[in-house]
Amino acid sequence: MPDTIPVDSVGLITPQVAHFDTPLVLACGQTLPNYQLVYETYGELNADASNAILICHALSGDHHAAGYHSMEDRKPGWWDSAIGPDKPIDTNHFFVISLNNLGGCSGSTGPTTVNPATGKVWGAEFPMVTVEDWVETQARFADRFGIQTFAAIVGGSLGGMQVLDWSVRYPERLQAAAIIASAPKLSTQNIAFNEVARQSIRRDPQFHDGQYIEQDTIPTNGLGLARMLGHITYLSDDSMGNKFGRQMRHDTYQYNYEVEFEVESYLRYQGEAFTKRFDANTYMLMTKALDYFDPAAREGGDLAKVLSKAQCEFLLVSFTTDWRFSPARSEEIVDALIRSGKHVSYTKIEAIEGHDAFLFPIPRYMNALRGFLSRVAKRLPKENA
Amino acid sequence: MRADLQLISDWIPPNSRVLDLGCGDGALLAHLSEHKNVAGYGLEIDAENINMCIERGIPVLEQDIDQGLQNFEEQGFEVVVMAHALQQFRRPDLLLDEMLRIGKEAIITFPNFGHWRNRVHLGIKGHMPVSEFLPYNWYDTPNIHFCTFNDFRDLCQDKGLKVQRWAAVDGQLHDHWWTRLMPNLFSETAIFKVSR
Repeated sequence: MPDTIPVDSVGLITPQVAHFDTPLVLACGQTLPNYQLVYETYGELNADASNAILICHALSGDHHAAGYHSMEDRKPGWWDSAIGPDKPIDTNHFFVISLNNLGGCSGSTGPTTVNPATGKVWGAEFPMVTVEDWVETQARFADRFGIQTFAAIVGGSLGGMQVLDWSVRYPERLQAAAIIASAPKLSTQNIAFNEVARQSIRRDPQFHDGQYIEQDTIPTNGLGLARMLGHITYLSDDSMGNKFGRQMRHDTYQYNYEVEFEVESYLRYQGEAFTKRFDANTYMLMTKALDYFDPAAREGGDLAKVLSKAQCEFLLVSFTTDWRFSPARSEEIVDALIRSGKHVSYTKIEAIEGHDAFLFPIPRYMNALRGFLSRVAKRLPKENA
Repeated sequence: MRADLQLISDWIPPNSRVLDLGCGDGALLAHLSEHKNVAGYGLEIDAENINMCIERGIPVLEQDIDQGLQNFEEQGFEVVVMAHALQQFRRPDLLLDEMLRIGKEAIITFPNFGHWRNRVHLGIKGHMPVSEFLPYNWYDTPNIHFCTFNDFRDLCQDKGLKVQRWAAVDGQLHDHWWTRLMPNLFSETAIFKVSR
């Protein structure tokens, strides 16, 4: 809870909702007749709508990227370290938009909202959504604001995949793309992790074929387990080691299955806390969106050919201890951009935090993002630059 | 801009694609982009330099050259440049091969270890040369493969490479009749442009 709002915070923020009544044909073939997206904005949109930055969130993220919802909030938005006045994504210059993706569980249309056709909660009936579908909804969202071209689109992990897709789906609609700790497609190992997460949810007796909300229950065991597994893959061996080592709950071994090591307690807590804020069906949808993403497949596996359509400048960032989206995966994108002659810079940040590093204000990382976006800011009309 | 970069810049054709190995703060690429419409990338591992490049909009890639350049396709660049860094790599000879796999031409500058002052240091005083230009001690120097003007010329010959141009200059990057006449003795910096 902040006693006072820090000066470099965007302050108290109220989420807003945008309704869309134009039917949306999804990649899976189904059509949503209408939908809503919950979003937040930080900073002011300038007169010619040229200073907008879109933030794309990752698997468990949402629209609340920066600031506080109330003075009682324990923590600010998930990327508060990067967004705000004089921060790398500088709200003195930019109008920042962050929305909860379609299929999410933070207020946008998704498995936890009501299907107007049946009057019941969507649950598992909610259609599969893909990265491409999200980009489509984000583009429509931009239209609503009169934003023809984004100054930049920024995202980490699954968010980076959306940025990558933006750069080739609407190449003329963004000037700069920052793709952080991401990949051009998931590795086999990544898909395997996702499948274990999904199975742990689906095999929970409380899952009820995905219609658990109707049954007034939640597959907390399955979702918690999925999160525990995911959480391990977002950290590095060293960061877990530093944080917990072999610290024990008691002075001696208890020789039972209660918490012996602190790391067990931590994981159980993380798993449980997640079930209170996140929906199991959304979690499964998001992991499927990750699995399906493979833009190069459209060109016979030739990523460079796909990226040849891009017109923006790129910044790619990876982190040394990230093994879920390792530097080599970012470098695949970098190499393809070089082959297609694109303007790209790439930096591999020394960090102990593993994949989660993209959420931390690591000075070198923040400086790179700041430097990249300061170039974008310089091109804005005088009033914002 | 550093004088050797000015010299290199004069040797690079307009509108070409350039890869700058060890691009520093991006000064050469910035100059080339501004004056010669050259598009290129710099490779760098120093954090401050990388950030400087990003800030000035020079495409920079954090990549350790000693780990290889396999990610670059054959003949993807007109010119591959390496200014004052060749002597810092594990296998300069293999690196030269790589530069000419990736680029049609390679421009290399290096400190000439055969310069008379170095010879005095080593030959008369009996110590490894330390100068304003090469300010390191033998144990902390990044320069692990010093060579002379003649050594490099011989390497090119052994590899069957064509020396398109060369320049032999003093510490201020000026060339004189004496540096041209006896480059191995009088030049402090050697500059070569080579191709297959």
